[in-house]
Parts: sequence; structure tokens; C-alpha cells
Amino acid sequence: MTRPELAHDIRLIDTTLRDGSHAMAHRFTETQVRDTVRALDAAGVEWIEVSHGDGIGGSSFNYGFSGTDEMQLIAAARDEVTTARIAVLLVPGIGTVDDLKRARDAGAEMVRVATHCTEADVSPQHFAAARELGMETVGFLMMAHRTSPEDLAKQARIMVEAGCQCPYVTDSAGALLMHEAKARFDALVAEVGDEAWVGYHGHQNMSMGVANSVIAWESGVRSIDGSLCALGAGSGNSPTEVLAAVFDRLGVDTGVDVSALLDAAEDVVRPYLQRWPKMDRNAIVQGWAGVYSSFLLHAERAGERYKVPAHEILRRCGELGYVGGQEDMIIDVAIGLAAERG
Amino acid sequence: MARDRVLAAIVGPGNIGTDLLAKLQRSSVIEVRYMVGVVESEGLARARELGVEASAEGVDWLLRQDPLPEIVFEATSAKAHAANAPRYAEAGIQAVDLTPAHLGPMVSPAVNGAEYLEAPNVSMITCGGQATIPIVHAVSRITPVPYAEIVASIASRSAGAGTRANIDEFTHTTGAAVAEVGGADRGKAIIVLNPVEPPMIMRDTVYCMIGAEADRAAITTSIHEVVADVQQYVPGYTLRAEPQFDEPAPEWGGHARVAVFLEVKGNGDFLPPYAGNLDIMTAAAARVGELMAQAKLEVPA
Repeated sequence: MTRPELAHDIRLIDTTLRDGSHAMAHRFTETQVRDTVRALDAAGVEWIEVSHGDGIGGSSFNYGFSGTDEMQLIAAARDEVTTARIAVLLVPGIGTVDDLKRARDAGAEMVRVATHCTEADVSPQHFAAARELGMETVGFLMMAHRTSPEDLAKQARIMVEAGCQCPYVTDSAGALLMHEAKARFDALVAEVGDEAWVGYHGHQNMSMGVANSVIAWESGVRSIDGSLCALGAGSGNSPTEVLAAVFDRLGVDTGVDVSALLDAAEDVVRPYLQRWPKMDRNAIVQGWAGVYSSFLLHAERAGERYKVPAHEILRRCGELGYVGGQEDMIIDVAIGLAAERG
Repeated sequence: MARDRVLAAIVGPGNIGTDLLAKLQRSSVIEVRYMVGVVESEGLARARELGVEASAEGVDWLLRQDPLPEIVFEATSAKAHAANAPRYAEAGIQAVDLTPAHLGPMVSPAVNGAEYLEAPNVSMITCGGQATIPIVHAVSRITPVPYAEIVASIASRSAGAGTRANIDEFTHTTGAAVAEVGGADRGKAIIVLNPVEPPMIMRDTVYCMIGAEADRAAITTSIHEVVADVQQYVPGYTLRAEPQFDEPAPEWGGHARVAVFLEVKGNGDFLPPYAGNLDIMTAAAARVGELMAQAKLEVPA
């Protein structure tokens, strides 16, 4: 499968309405989605991801039920765009090809298939389906800090062979320091850079998202994620509006109108924020201990329910090596910590 | 002539088939006479060492044997089982299907193990289904369960190529079985592979939506009873904590929730103990096969 032509130096993908779903406890309203999409589209953002935070099919006890059916949100987003296109996330083991078909019918034109960084071989079924549906394909190698650059590149190879046009270094825990991120960018570009694009998805838990995005560009990464107001799991994603401003200063063409994006963040997203993702103790611990960013709100709730500090729950999750999707283990850990405390 | 054991065959001499053989060798009602593959393999060699007649000539060979087995355990692939199943049925051999083919009724020994003793073909569902459906059943026999959801976490090393290539099969089949066999109105299943070293022991979480006024003490008692039932064939099946009840919430449609946290440690017969997901499949299949065999021994052949 060939990779798509890029219209600009970098393809910015905005994930406010997907990763931001975590920070919104999966309660985005259709109005919020329409307003955000309209603003992103007007600012020239090419791709807008809309899904439950844990991907299509993620509405559940384990991750939180969607306030509004995500297919309705995807269709609303599709309805608002003039030039932008809609992407969805799919985590095999949570979402299925049936969910993907529904998302395609609702107007999604790209799927980002996400696996843990060592488990790419659960993705070919979904890449094959996406190709049959005529969708663009991205592959998320999540928790990319948890494997070596060389092994991450091998996993990217598995995805590309399966039909992925753009494997991502996905720093789900916001744990990658600059040299660690660079080593992974270099390894992926060397392995698949002749036939696929390489992407980067950052979290701000240790404030590295934007800096790593610049290093990504310098290393040959051509697809970069951001969220308006950083709205995302943990302390959020690299803010799209900051990325746009920084790349503009670097003379890198993203095709995005910086002023319009600043307005989108300030005037559209900020008013509906229930919490502005920030680097507080819990979120920093996630980056420090390498914990999946989406665990944050779940750990806070379990901490309250079982009267144990959320940051201790998160640290324990890091020590035990839990991966994305194991939100149930947060409750298990909280029960264990409460028992230890007597 | 009175028989003391029923003849059986295992088709598929891989890790699952080998572990199943180890379990059935302890059985007082089943004698595994045949092990069948399609190429020479370590599994066939191991079976021969244990005195089992083993062949790489496939089901053709098996169906030429005299006597024929009365029960065949199939641990191949969904495709292979779909091809073989009609031939077993024609030969009057009962099939216990450990593949995801799902041709026959879905069976969980602790829930409906005795219901299909004469069915020509039974499906062992999935590993996550075997681990969690008994709990859904434990709740649904006390109070209506409008929705149940299960999360199975397994060690990466215990997830074979077949599971990985078609992970949707797990999600669909397990979700459907949570409803059909577990007794919930709707079911959903999630599977997570974790590569941590040393490998994590299989973990399962079961969430059931229940009414605000449901009898929590009765639910807890029922869950403990079912755990004891499953422990009869999987001794390492344990609750990590008492069932957790959460108060009704608007996002749950005003329902309350019970959450059950399980650990499934395998017996370590052939498969490593962390692979509780594989162990519970072979243990459940052995259990169902033994129930079938007992039924056969109780009536004249």
C-alpha cells in the first residue's frame, strides 16, 4: 500500500475530540463536537479524530460510557467539515471491524489502529478491513517507552506489512525524554521511512510533547498529533495551537492558520473544559513511572472510593507493568492498597 | 460388557492438546487412545511416550481406527474443526470443540455442563468466556442483569498466532456468550495482552449491571458458590477481593454495579501456570468430556 501524498511539510492531526474524550470523561456533546470541528476545519487542520477516548467501541464500564453515541458524534463532525476529514481510533481487543464499518458509514475516512508497542500482530485484521473500506491507515504503537527503539521498529514493520501507511511512536505515558524519543523516531524512519510516513503522538505529563514534536520533525517524522488546550489524557497532549505556532516560527509549513487555531483553543474549547489538563502530582507520576495516561481519572475515582492516594495507585500500576486497556486493574490496586493500610 | 472407561481422541497435538492429554490421563472415565496431527511434531512424539497411539495422517487415519473413539477433543483451528465436525458426526463421535468454530451449543461446565451431554458437538467458547461466564451466571441467577461486561488480561506469551490474527473472534464470541450462557441481557467482552516479564497470571474482571435494590448478600454468596464450583476443575481460580458493589449512577442508567476481580492460575500440567487462559480451556474441556463419558458409562453401550 502506498502512503498518501502530503499537502504540507507536516500533517497535523488534531485529537481534541478523541484523546480529549478522556479528560471529558467521554461526555462530549454533539454541540461541542460541531463547534470544535468547525473551528479546526476553518483553521485548516486536515484531519480531526473523533471517537470514545479508548477508540470506537470503547463505551463501557471499564473505560466509561459515552454520554452521546460516538457514531452520532462522528456523523456530526463529518457534517461540519468543508476540507478536513475525520479519523477514528480503534484498539483491537476493545473495538472490532464491525465498529469500524459503522464509523466508515458515519463518515470516517481514516482509522488509527492502536496496539501495545509489542503486540502489533493483533492489528492486521483491522488494517485489512480498513483497506477494503478504502480508508487511510495509521498504526499506534502505544506505550512506546516500554520497548527498545529496535523492537519498536520491528513492530512498525509488522503494521506496514499489514497495510499501515503511517506507524506512530505513541508516547501514551508521556514518558519519553528527548533522546529516547529521537532514538525511536530514527529507528522507525530507518525501518519503514521509504514506504510509509512515521508519526508521533505525545503527552505533556513531563512537558515533553512539543519539544519531542520538534525533534520528530528534525528526525523525519511527518505526522504529528495535538489537541486544543492540550485536551487529552493525563496532563493532555501536545497543544495543537502551540505546535502550530512553534512550527510556524521554525518555517515549517503545516497548512494551519495559527491565529485561527489560537482562537479555536481560546474561544471554542476553553469555555467547555471541565478540567484543563495540567501537570499536577498525579499526571507527573504517570510520566515519571510510565503509566498509561488514560488511567488518570480512573485512579482519581478509585482513590476517592477506596480512600487511597491516586498517585500511589498510579505508581503501583507502573511497577506492575499494566498496559493500556487494563483500567480494571486500577480498582484492584486500590483495593490492595486500602487493605495494606488496614 | 461393562466398560470402565470411554475411548477418546485428541485432534491437534499442540500445546493445548498436550496439556489436555496430561489432564485426561488422570481421568477415571476417559482413556485417550489416539492423538492426531497433520505433520510429525513434538506433540505427537510426547503422546507416543505416554503410550498413546499417535499419527500425523490426520482425521482420515483416526476414522480408520478400530475401535473408533466415542469422544474427540479438537484443539486445531476453527477452519479445521468446521471441516472435521461433519465427519465426526457421521461416525457417531461426540466432539468437544476447543477451537473458535462454535458449531455446537456453548458450554461452561459450572453453568450448563450437564445440559448437553448428548449433543453431537459442544463449543468451549473462549478462554475469557470460561473464566468469566460462571460469575455472570452467579449474579443473573439472583437478580436480573441488563448488561454484563468482562475484561480478560492475558500474558502476551500465552496468546497464540491464531488468537492474534483474529482477535475480533474473541470479542464477538465472548460477548455473545456472556449474554447467552451467562444470562445477561447484553454482553460485552474486552481482551488485553500484557507482555510484562515475568509473565502476568491471567486476570479477569466481571462487571454486572444490577438493580439498585438487588440483594447484595445473596449475590456475594452466589459468587462464592460458583467460584467453588469452578475450583473443582481449575484449583487456581480465585477471587482477588470480595465482590465490589457500586451505588447507582446516572451514567449507568440509574443501575448499580457489582465488580468481581479474578485470578486464573493454571495447574502447570504442560502449560506454564501463568497461562491460566489456556489451562481453563483444557480443564473445562476435560470436565465436559468426563461428564459425557460418565453419561455413556451409565447406560449400556
